[in-house]
Amino acid sequence: MDFSLTPEQREIKELALKFARNEMIPHAQEHDESGKFPSDIFKKAWELGLINTCIPTEYGGTGFSALDGVIICEALAYGCMGMNTAFMANDLALLPIVIGGNDEQKKRFLTPFTEQFQIASFCLTEPGNGSDAGGIKTSFKDGGDHWVVSGEKMWITNAGFADLFVVYGTIDVNLKHKGISALVVDPKSPGVVIGKKEDKMGHRASDTRAVTFSNVKVPKENMLGKPGEGWGIAMATLDHSRPLVASSAVGGAQRAMELSIQYAKERIQFGVPIAKHQAVQFMIAEMGMKIEASRLLVHKAASLCDKGEKNTEIASYAKALAADSCMQITTDAVQIYGGYGYSKEYPVEKLMRDAKLIQIYEGTSQIQRLVMARELLK
Amino acid sequence: MNIFVCVKQVPDTETKITPTSDGSFIETSSIKWIMNPYDEFAVEQALLVKQANAAANITVVRVGSVKDTEALRTAMAMGADDAILVEAGDNLDSYSIAKAIKGAIDKTGKKPDLVLAGKQAIDDDALQVPQILAEMMNMPGVSVIVGFELAGTTLKVKREVEGGALEVYEINGPCVLATNKGLNTPRYASLPGIMKAKKKPMAQHSLADVGVSDADRRVKYSGFKLPPEKPAGKKFDATDAAKQKDVVAQVVGLLRTEAKII
Repeated sequence: MDFSLTPEQREIKELALKFARNEMIPHAQEHDESGKFPSDIFKKAWELGLINTCIPTEYGGTGFSALDGVIICEALAYGCMGMNTAFMANDLALLPIVIGGNDEQKKRFLTPFTEQFQIASFCLTEPGNGSDAGGIKTSFKDGGDHWVVSGEKMWITNAGFADLFVVYGTIDVNLKHKGISALVVDPKSPGVVIGKKEDKMGHRASDTRAVTFSNVKVPKENMLGKPGEGWGIAMATLDHSRPLVASSAVGGAQRAMELSIQYAKERIQFGVPIAKHQAVQFMIAEMGMKIEASRLLVHKAASLCDKGEKNTEIASYAKALAADSCMQITTDAVQIYGGYGYSKEYPVEKLMRDAKLIQIYEGTSQIQRLVMARELLK
Repeated sequence: MNIFVCVKQVPDTETKITPTSDGSFIETSSIKWIMNPYDEFAVEQALLVKQANAAANITVVRVGSVKDTEALRTAMAMGADDAILVEAGDNLDSYSIAKAIKGAIDKTGKKPDLVLAGKQAIDDDALQVPQILAEMMNMPGVSVIVGFELAGTTLKVKREVEGGALEVYEINGPCVLATNKGLNTPRYASLPGIMKAKKKPMAQHSLADVGVSDADRRVKYSGFKLPPEKPAGKKFDATDAAKQKDVVAQVVGLLRTEAKII
């Protein structure tokens, strides 16, 4: 057992952190306030190879391991959790193609993402079902040489800018999980209506919208796997993406801790820096402990993924612990900053708002516990 | 066209430097190493030249310990073609380093057309190696360059001098240039670049291989210690108009007797 990163992984991490510090942090507040989509920063990150890390080398990608992916993702979330959600959504949308697509589909859909800057969305959640993803109502009706897609999707990241959608629907609602299927859909297809941008509490740089499909014709060769295999593909995708989302919580928490340490050393109360007060020291100690534990779990979950071993249980531990810790750590960061922390002029209140979402999306902290219990009580 | 770029590996700017317990050097075990920031301008300049002359070959040279090879790997990830590492301790003096670099360049058998280096390394701030190297290689050398223009075989470089003025040099033929901030904006090493760098060749020599021995040392470090801590500054309250005259007299008095600056 070796907990150290390889020299290449150290370099990858340094590059991603350098990018986060120079290109993301200076603009994070501005995008948080305006809600403007960070297209330029996104493109710059793509140019450096920081985006779409899941695309295998055969299709023009960098062929990074899941462990490399979480190292990059943590660093980018350190720069801005909101922007990172936009970046990460590309991987989330392309993973089903990597996992469930055939060779022709991979060439057709993945390779363009390595040749030019493109954006993708993963369309799973619907207005009536979030955690209960199996209850999908969006219908795929057989139209001969094509599928006819009808239904409504909710909270779709990158929707307003996407060049490709991966949409989950059902060929027959009565089949429940066994009817769920996955289609690659061109967002410009007739019948696709993109809703307005949601005005969110945090992750304001990321573009989140509802998407409605009204009798949208999609070629049959765009289905990933066979009809009814969508659920398996979605679940395998989440096994890959949970460590990724968990790593973004670690990145946000790391930033909150560094800011807290810096401020605690500067802020003088009762004649000494507040870092000399045990009450503050304990909060900072707690931050370090939780970040390290979360990071180790994230790395383990990603390593299992790379070895092709089942990681469902560990990935849920990682996601829940990292997200809940990030919430606690960013809340304590605001506490350490006191009144200043509550002001938008200081960076920590944004971190607290951003942290909240990580407990919710990609399986809430409660759903993660259900998954854990299901695995433990088998 | 053969371009050689000298890079040094230095402690990250945020590193807290502590001398070793015996004071013989600084504690290096927990240091995070980076490429000397001024050397990044040198690497970038070499890459810009290569962009215009595809046939150019960029070799990065470093003299230092093998423990970490971050600086060389980063330069190759940015786009340099190959690297040479001369294995040595971290506390070599400028003369020995310059001699080792010359030895390493000679050993390649290539005739250098351009040698670039950062104007100084941010660790010991000696500002000596490029000048010594130019002398040893019998080439013209210009330091603190902020402008670089290559037209055919004529090179025009701008150099910053005191007072913000610029000196402009025209150079024909091989030369050693030491780069300053403002010359260019160093690119990021891309992720594909990092992966490609793994396969690029890195030659490794000992100091003896490149003809450097202990006898070459001109400077020996006798000890390392932290500078004494500055005492806290004095504050004077002059908000009360009636007392301002006294406060001013007091400050002037202390500047004379204690600070001894007037």
